[in-house]
Amino acid sequence: MPVAELKFVTKRYGPIDALRGVNLTIQPGELLALLGPNGAGKTTAVRILLGLTQPDSGHATIFDRAPGSHAAKLRRGALLQVAKVPETLKVREHIELFSAYYPKPLPLAETLEAAGLTGIENRLFGDLSGGQKQRVLFALALCGNPDLLFLDEPTVGLDVEARRALWTRIRAFVARGGSVLLTTHYLEEAEALANRIAVINQGRIVALGSPAEIKAGAAQNNLEDAFLELTKQEVY
Amino acid sequence: MLRVYWLEAKSEFFKLARMKVYATSTLLFPLMFYAFFGLGMGTQQQTGSMTMAKYLLATYGAFAIVAATLYSFGIGVAVERGLGWLDVKRASPMPPAAYFIAKAAVAMAFGAIVVAMLFTLGAAFGGVRMPATQWLSLGGALVAGAIPFCALGLAIGNFAGPNSAPATVNIIYMPLAFCAGLWIPFDFLPPAVQHIAPALPTWHFGQIALAMLGAPTHGTVLEHAGALFGFGLIFAGIAWIGNSRDRDRVCG
Repeated sequence: MPVAELKFVTKRYGPIDALRGVNLTIQPGELLALLGPNGAGKTTAVRILLGLTQPDSGHATIFDRAPGSHAAKLRRGALLQVAKVPETLKVREHIELFSAYYPKPLPLAETLEAAGLTGIENRLFGDLSGGQKQRVLFALALCGNPDLLFLDEPTVGLDVEARRALWTRIRAFVARGGSVLLTTHYLEEAEALANRIAVINQGRIVALGSPAEIKAGAAQNNLEDAFLELTKQEVY
Repeated sequence: MLRVYWLEAKSEFFKLARMKVYATSTLLFPLMFYAFFGLGMGTQQQTGSMTMAKYLLATYGAFAIVAATLYSFGIGVAVERGLGWLDVKRASPMPPAAYFIAKAAVAMAFGAIVVAMLFTLGAAFGGVRMPATQWLSLGGALVAGAIPFCALGLAIGNFAGPNSAPATVNIIYMPLAFCAGLWIPFDFLPPAVQHIAPALPTWHFGQIALAMLGAPTHGTVLEHAGALFGFGLIFAGIAWIGNSRDRDRVCG
């Protein structure tokens, strides 16, 4: 049974078709990367799977339940793109509050360790660097000890070092048996982390497979060329 | 389960207490205005049968409560909703009511702190003397009166953008306070303003607070409480419309 599923999902925002009949499944223990240019529909797909947005048609489930249901929320965590997180709370206070939402959260020390925040738990969020801020959001996604993580462009705006550090944390989560849906427009990130890549363009999945299969399918020997090949075509 | 509500309120409290803007707008302005008008001008001056220092304790108390709730709810919700933080909360298993209950409880707590400071100023420097029961009934009425203004703040927060919210709150609450006689006693206001005052929730709130002091008021406490209840329902309805409208906004 897939841990999360989109079936024939469509979503329009006014004149814009954000998703046009998207089918997608996330299997237990895999990291699926949803790769696409800006505006391709990645965030819309994630928001539908989180129950934050309702699809116009089609069906979304998480662990066979409605995405917005409490039962679904208890088994997943989400790192979303946030323009502003409350800055006058300490790292520890943010994590303690989110941990309290779950019946069996990770112990605080373990969450801090898993997100690479040990030693800065008493700093105010507003005083952190960009990489540290992203790691706090990662900690909030992780603290409930979820089976499934949603990471919506988790490394956008980070320098190479901070990006690699977060990759290590993500790999550790998958190594423990967790499943991940990662959206990104960094090809390198998808190739480095994903078991499978779904390439999305203008609201449609245009390719799906392992990084090697994606490259082969587009008759390209590197993922960047494959990606450009796949996303250039007009779908009209 | 109760622990979630407690932690949510605790976080909200520290979040606001460490924000200089919130602390100055809610603490400093009411205390400063009261010091100017209530203490500076008014220990001798009589309004009806009481000193200005006592009379204005009720109206500046009401003003402090309105400021604490509108800043916390109006600006807080607009920013957290508009800049994505509320989505993170909604995606988590947070009990949906916890967010609002914590905000209301903390706004009331801040209001209660300012009211206690106003009372201290009034008693220490304004020569205000009342039986303990009267101090308590005034304080209780002021804190309870925060509820409809939480709803007004939520309505503003659900409609205003994150950047325009501070200006929106100021544009709404300054006239609401002035025209209701919360800054200057109602009877000193121009007649035109006195005519529109009954249409303002702040006027009913101020009248209830004054009644607790035994000051002459227009209408009964029950009538004013009923009016505030009605305003609270209308604001809650507007907030609800804003919330449903917001649910499906554009995102890439």
